Amino acid sequence: MQAFDSTTRRGDLSSARFEPGSTEDKMILSMGPQHPSTHGVLRIMLELDGEYIVRAEPILGYVHRMHEWMSEQSTYMQFIPNMGRVDYLHAMAWNWAYAGALERLAGIEVPERAEYIRVAVTELNRISSHLVWWGAYLLDLGAFTPIMYSFDDREQILDILQAVTGSRLTYSYFTIGGVYDDVPADFCKRSIAFVNRLRSRLSMYRDLVTGNAILRGRCEGIGGLSVDVARRYGATGPVLRASGVASDARKSESYGVYDRFEFRIPTYTEGDAMARYRVRLDELETSCDIIEQAVSNLPEGPVVAKVSRNFKPPKGEACLAVEGARGKIIVHVRSDGGLKPYRVKLRAPGFSNMSLFCELARGTMLSDAVSILGSLDLVIPEIDR
Amino acid sequence: MNAFHLLLAHPAVRLVLWLVLMFAFIGLNVLVLVWVERKVAGYVQMRPGPLHVGPQGLLQPVADAIKLMGKQLVTPAAGDKVLFWAAPLLAFAPVTVCFLPMPFDPRFNPLPMNLGLVLILAFSGLGVVSLCLAGWGSNSKWGLLGAARAVAQSVAYEVPLLLSVMAVAICAGSLDLYAIAGHQGTWPWQWYGMRNPLAFFIFLVCAVAETNRAPFDLPEAESELTAGFHTEYSGMGFGIFFMAEYANMVIVSGVAAVLFLGGFQGPFLQGVWWFILKIYCILFFIIWLRWTFPRVRFDQLLNISWKWLTPLALLDLALAVVVAGLRA
Repeated sequence: MQAFDSTTRRGDLSSARFEPGSTEDKMILSMGPQHPSTHGVLRIMLELDGEYIVRAEPILGYVHRMHEWMSEQSTYMQFIPNMGRVDYLHAMAWNWAYAGALERLAGIEVPERAEYIRVAVTELNRISSHLVWWGAYLLDLGAFTPIMYSFDDREQILDILQAVTGSRLTYSYFTIGGVYDDVPADFCKRSIAFVNRLRSRLSMYRDLVTGNAILRGRCEGIGGLSVDVARRYGATGPVLRASGVASDARKSESYGVYDRFEFRIPTYTEGDAMARYRVRLDELETSCDIIEQAVSNLPEGPVVAKVSRNFKPPKGEACLAVEGARGKIIVHVRSDGGLKPYRVKLRAPGFSNMSLFCELARGTMLSDAVSILGSLDLVIPEIDR
Repeated sequence: MNAFHLLLAHPAVRLVLWLVLMFAFIGLNVLVLVWVERKVAGYVQMRPGPLHVGPQGLLQPVADAIKLMGKQLVTPAAGDKVLFWAAPLLAFAPVTVCFLPMPFDPRFNPLPMNLGLVLILAFSGLGVVSLCLAGWGSNSKWGLLGAARAVAQSVAYEVPLLLSVMAVAICAGSLDLYAIAGHQGTWPWQWYGMRNPLAFFIFLVCAVAETNRAPFDLPEAESELTAGFHTEYSGMGFGIFFMAEYANMVIVSGVAAVLFLGGFQGPFLQGVWWFILKIYCILFFIIWLRWTFPRVRFDQLLNISWKWLTPLALLDLALAVVVAGLRA
């Protein structure tokens, strides 16, 4: 691989830093953007010594869709559907971060019922996101079957959320001041039924998959992340919690009505891929607890506050941090008093978590790199935005 | 009629006829095995598997084969054309030879040979050369990594495999597969698999590794090396590798059935049916493994062989020698 040469038309700008040079025993390998385990279109330049990784560098931008720029071209309401497309696996959290930031900016009070619905659907969506991760991670490790089981569970969530929102993946359910529409009458019943089903399945997953010796050999002690490095790179979410820091925006920021719920923050101190795996599996149970509490205490009332169709927040700026499935999502909105935002800054947790990869992959084998990459739970469209 | 019998008595004619027959047998078995693999995978994964092409999807492998044959064969521009296309042929050719000494039925021995086991082991060892050529000839980094893995894995697992086979050969006192099968009794507890379960276990693990099947499918580890040594192959180029892999599975299952499960021996209705049944039981086990376990890492794979299987196989061989010596 070489820097782009206009006469031979070989190489590119991103690989310029990976010229073979005098170390001919090193192999330069471009992993991605079409590689089975760089889910989506992440590209990683690797310098290999045999199967050992000497240097790794992610290259981004293959699904850059200019979401931040689009926000400046559309009205506040028109931008909401974009939020479902930033991170397609946990669309509800992004919905919430954007709507919540605007509510904070304009000082809008969200009705009680809407707050509880928001919690319930966001947690359902978090479960579906973690289930996709679980299946895909094991697929990376060469186990083909678990993804079929996790998608079977996820299908139930998609059915529930389809009845609520009308869409199955890229939800734009939240609106400024609440949610678009009330939940159907059987929403609570179906959610409880799903939670009970998932709990029984989780014990099966634990027996069949988590305890497997090969899986433990592929995860334990792989990609060890110290608290110090995690802090320096700005890691959040399950990646940080697996390194022993009990940091969760649902507790620390207490946005919405999360302060009324009882739930624990799963943390592990090992910091390896197995700890990240365990944190996410434990979070499935945490989310189940929250959903149970939310749907059993669902108050009556309206689901959306009165907001003008031509929503114009006052001049100023506001910021909201939300706990997404991958970490802390921050949406920062600045208004100049007009119909369109002056600037919307989206902070994607995947970006910081991915930056860790160069640090964690150094000196590991190619197979371990795949395991580490999977354990970071990256959604590339979210990183590129 | 007499001329026909005379012709059949000639060893060269028998060899050619038997080769053609075995070729047909392999082709049929590969088709059935692809269907079995996909059906088992389906049931493991809570889905029906192939269902629409033919009854219960039985003709799905035929449809797949036709699709593969219709595809364009692409040779990498920077690759070595001769080595690149020699590789799939070299992968498949030894497979046919490996079937020659298989004891299908005690009453039917077309090519008597007293070193059948050695023939199988020698020719199945050739397979790794083709993987090596495929990886090198395609001039692809993924292919090269896959080929390097294939060689190291093959070297590591051939040792315990041979040791476990030797343990059985010493017990039976022969390298003729007919004799080894005949040496075992009709009842399961008289089979070498029950008398020497350690050798059986070592052989099974090595067989899975030698055929590059999950959880030891490192040379073609999809999530790591995209497709490993056959990354650059399209159409039937890939198809032949695929067929060779399945044919190799049938061979190792056949050898396992003969060495450890008594081959054609059975409590009643002795003959080829027992042999086929035993082969498919072992094949089912190998397929079941693939859809259950994650893949091991490369250094773990080598550790399993050098630190566990090889010493265990040596111990087992020593025990077998002592037992055989005491009996003699």
